[in-house]
Amino acid sequence: MIKQNLELKATSFTLSVLYINNSNLDSVANELDKKLAQAPQFFIGAPLVLNLSALNECNVDLVALKSLLVERQLIIVGVTEASANLATQAKELGLAVMKSGKQAKAPTIVPRTTKIVKQNVRSGQQIYAKESDLIVFGAVGNGAEVIADGSIHVYGALRGKAMAGAAGDNNSVIIASSLEAELVSIAGQYWTADSLQQHCHAQRGCVRLEGETLTVELLPQ
Amino acid sequence: MAQIIVVTSGKGGVGKTTSSAAIATGLALKGKKTVVIDFDIGLRNLDLIMGCERRVVYDFVNVINGEANLNQAMIKDKRCENLFILPASQTRDKDALTKEGVGKVLDDLAKDFDYIVCDSPAGIEQGAMMALYFADIAIVTTNPEVSSVRDSDRILGMLQSRSRRAEQNLEPIKEYLLLTRYSPNRVKTGEMLSVEDVKEILAIQLLGVIPESQAVLKASNSGVPVIIDQESDAGLAYSDTVARLLGEDVPLRFVTEEKKGFLKRIFGS
Ligand SMILES: Nc1ncnc2c1ncn2[C@@H]1O[C@H](COP(=O)(O)OP(=O)(O)OP(=O)(O)O)[C@@H](O)[C@H]1O
Ligand SMILES: [Mg+2]
Repeated sequence: MIKQNLELKATSFTLSVLYINNSNLDSVANELDKKLAQAPQFFIGAPLVLNLSALNECNVDLVALKSLLVERQLIIVGVTEASANLATQAKELGLAVMKSGKQAKAPTIVPRTTKIVKQNVRSGQQIYAKESDLIVFGAVGNGAEVIADGSIHVYGALRGKAMAGAAGDNNSVIIASSLEAELVSIAGQYWTADSLQQHCHAQRGCVRLEGETLTVELLPQ
Repeated sequence: MAQIIVVTSGKGGVGKTTSSAAIATGLALKGKKTVVIDFDIGLRNLDLIMGCERRVVYDFVNVINGEANLNQAMIKDKRCENLFILPASQTRDKDALTKEGVGKVLDDLAKDFDYIVCDSPAGIEQGAMMALYFADIAIVTTNPEVSSVRDSDRILGMLQSRSRRAEQNLEPIKEYLLLTRYSPNRVKTGEMLSVEDVKEILAIQLLGVIPESQAVLKASNSGVPVIIDQESDAGLAYSDTVARLLGEDVPLRFVTEEKKGFLKRIFGS
């Protein structure tokens, strides 16, 4: 087989981002010199991305900014959160216009599969459904623990602890035929038995997150 | 091949030894050749309840260590033709019970007996684990109160994960609930859980309900298993339990309050 001359592979790198918060380049230069004096090894030679979000309303001379940085041995690979005008300038200078992690938010891990447990989960037992929903055909006893990266469905009484959205998925829910849990938690927000009892008494229900707070929705018996 | 029954609970003092003695005696009375083994090393009292403590020469640990053979260590019951007792050692420590050692003794016994009843110590330590490891049938002895039910749930988890049948992916241990020290009056006043409550929480088949009874203390003080006392409610309840274990369909007794007198029924209390 002939080896290809080119290959394209996606790889991610960690880049430092330098926030330019002032359009007055003299002040920027001043402050930068101070920073460089403190920790030169931190900046010099390291690829940097400029965050220009603070300059969107201003007309800053990107050519001057770039040469100011290059003079100080900084390597600029691109800009991010730039206004349309600044983005065009950046392209002309041969700089990449990059989307930051925040703008191009990676989707939270959504469960890909379902784990089914066909018996009661007894006191002292722990079940973890990694990257999946968890369905229990039976009760979860006091002192037992069920954890899932996705949602948890218990076709029986939930008396132990249940932690859904363990990897941070806010959309996970906990559903049980009888909510009597010692603890319920979704994406880290939790209720102890006392808090749960203020909302429902051993009823069929669905616990979910509304914003940052948990709620219970009672379901028909 | 014998059926191996473990009488277990997690929580202490719920009536395991009382039940082991009664059920083993009951099986023998039904013509089954039965041996009951005390796994409570260091705290033996099965031999007291069976009334054979004065005849103990060798014990279970002696047999495991090869210091005595089974025939030397087993005590033949005075009352029942088919019944033998293998007592525990009072002096040795619990680590004497190894999987290999216990397995070998049970294998030898299984050739000769119909039933092997293992009286488990409380807790979830080595002794309790060894008592349940080889079981075919578990009688989960539970008192009608929250902490006992919770410990029983824990033991059920162990039966399903730490037993030989679980480890070797065989058919699971047959699990039965035996509710002991049941007092219908105290259920009515809300001091105790009801049969229904416990059944609902543990979700296993109910084998029997033994009432709280003076007869139990009287029986153990005189070294006679309470099932021999067929005048007593507890004795009858254990007989029913054994019958169910052997597949008979027997209705529950002693689970409702004692009947009030005629006048009280008419006029209320
Ligand atoms: N049905 C009953 N009615 C009244 N008392 C009972 C009953 N069952 C057991 N007891 C009493 O409860 C106490 C504990 O019983 P037993 O020794 O059988 O329990 P155990 O579970 O074997 O205890 P341990 O965990 O210490 O081995 C004894 O004093 C016994 O007489
Ligand atoms: Mg005992």
